[in-house]
Amino acid sequence: MSFFADPSFFVITALIVAIAAVLGLHQVSLRRFGMGATLVMVLFLFCKTPGQGAAFVAFLAIATLAAKFLFARRDSKARFWGALAVTLAPLVVCKVSGIFELNLLGFTGISYLTFKAVQVVLETHDGLIEEMGIGDYLYFLAFFPTIISGPIDRSRRFVEDIHRTPSRDEYAGMLARGILLIGIGMVYKIVIAGIIHRYYNPAGWGSGPAGLEFLNQVGIAYLYGFYLFFDFAGYSLMAMGVSYCLGVRTPRNFRAPFIALDIKDFWNRWHMTLSFWLRDFVFMRFARFSMKHKLFKQRLHTAECGFVINMVLMGAWHGLTPSYLLYGLYHGVLLAATEAFQKKSKFYKKHKGERWYQVLSWLITMQLVMFGFALFSGQVLMLAKGV
Amino acid sequence: MAKMTHEELEEKMLDLLEEITGDEAVREQRDVDLFEEGLLDSMAAVELLVDIEEEFGVSIAPTGVPREEMNTVNLIIHQVEIRL
Repeated sequence: MSFFADPSFFVITALIVAIAAVLGLHQVSLRRFGMGATLVMVLFLFCKTPGQGAAFVAFLAIATLAAKFLFARRDSKARFWGALAVTLAPLVVCKVSGIFELNLLGFTGISYLTFKAVQVVLETHDGLIEEMGIGDYLYFLAFFPTIISGPIDRSRRFVEDIHRTPSRDEYAGMLARGILLIGIGMVYKIVIAGIIHRYYNPAGWGSGPAGLEFLNQVGIAYLYGFYLFFDFAGYSLMAMGVSYCLGVRTPRNFRAPFIALDIKDFWNRWHMTLSFWLRDFVFMRFARFSMKHKLFKQRLHTAECGFVINMVLMGAWHGLTPSYLLYGLYHGVLLAATEAFQKKSKFYKKHKGERWYQVLSWLITMQLVMFGFALFSGQVLMLAKGV
Repeated sequence: MAKMTHEELEEKMLDLLEEITGDEAVREQRDVDLFEEGLLDSMAAVELLVDIEEEFGVSIAPTGVPREEMNTVNLIIHQVEIRL
């Protein structure tokens, strides 16, 4: 079953939401019901691809063992590195074997589950997580509304939600919000993204005048960018909506990304749960490490290097292909350049509050963002090869 | 370390914050959201956490405190004080 796409998914989800609504409105804890629903949905997800199902079960077993191993002695450095390596191993094997079109150990959602499992390992090492029950841990990883593509929730927040039974009024509010989000998400993904997709016809560089061909390519890039937004934001809203109906406040993934005034602003609005995860667990940790060990003389250089590492990793996480890696590097360099400009430029400091500057900055940002999507979709590389 | 008074802690923290943000306005505006004002970003936040560890011996992980509980001068002082 294809999640958030097949009619059968929506029928079964509607049934799950209806039962959750009755339970929730009677102030019954939704934890057990949500776990049961997740188990059923996971069976539907992998029933036609038993190989993926086996890889999924193997992942859960490996991640659970690694977490338990670390919980037993949280202050052990060796255990921390061991648990981290073991948790990352399936994703690394999957991505590296993907270069040879093998996809070993791969299953739908492996990248997202890895993020969640790694967060638990890192925060346990930080002393923020003492212990998680196996049931809660597995439920957090496999929670069906977000299993295939996020949004990437955080375990401490998730566990707090599932162990709290909201009052009737509070749950009614969550339910209403959840259903509304599902509705908006459907309009985004099925209606708007569906319409855009009909007009989206990727094509090579034709034989017409260069100016016209260029405009045609720009048009394709823009359509792809908007399609990507409505498709992914629509999916994310639905995932968030179903979560709310199950009593889980899954965080939002988008906040009007196309009004961003600069690239840093864009990443605070686009695929936010991914960029915040990377900010908290890669960028900030790298910055802290390099400051403590004085790797750089200047704070700016630490930030620049951190941005590039952060975003190349983001690209690699999408897949070890030239397009994704370039996409990551591109955004890393853009963020580093933005940081340098905003920290050093007197021109920026003088004019940043003025209307004309903001409009200009927005306009440039949008072109940079759309070019990024053209890298992501493979359009740019295709054109480069064709020339 | 001998127990520090609230005033000593406050004074040290204000010095730290003034250096990191490069703006002496932090001394007066104790309750404004420093991230919203553009005085702190992720990078400056890390610098603050590293400096707090060096200065006060208090270690706070990057995700140890939710942003909304550590985004003003007074909240930062509070978060360090409860850990001393």
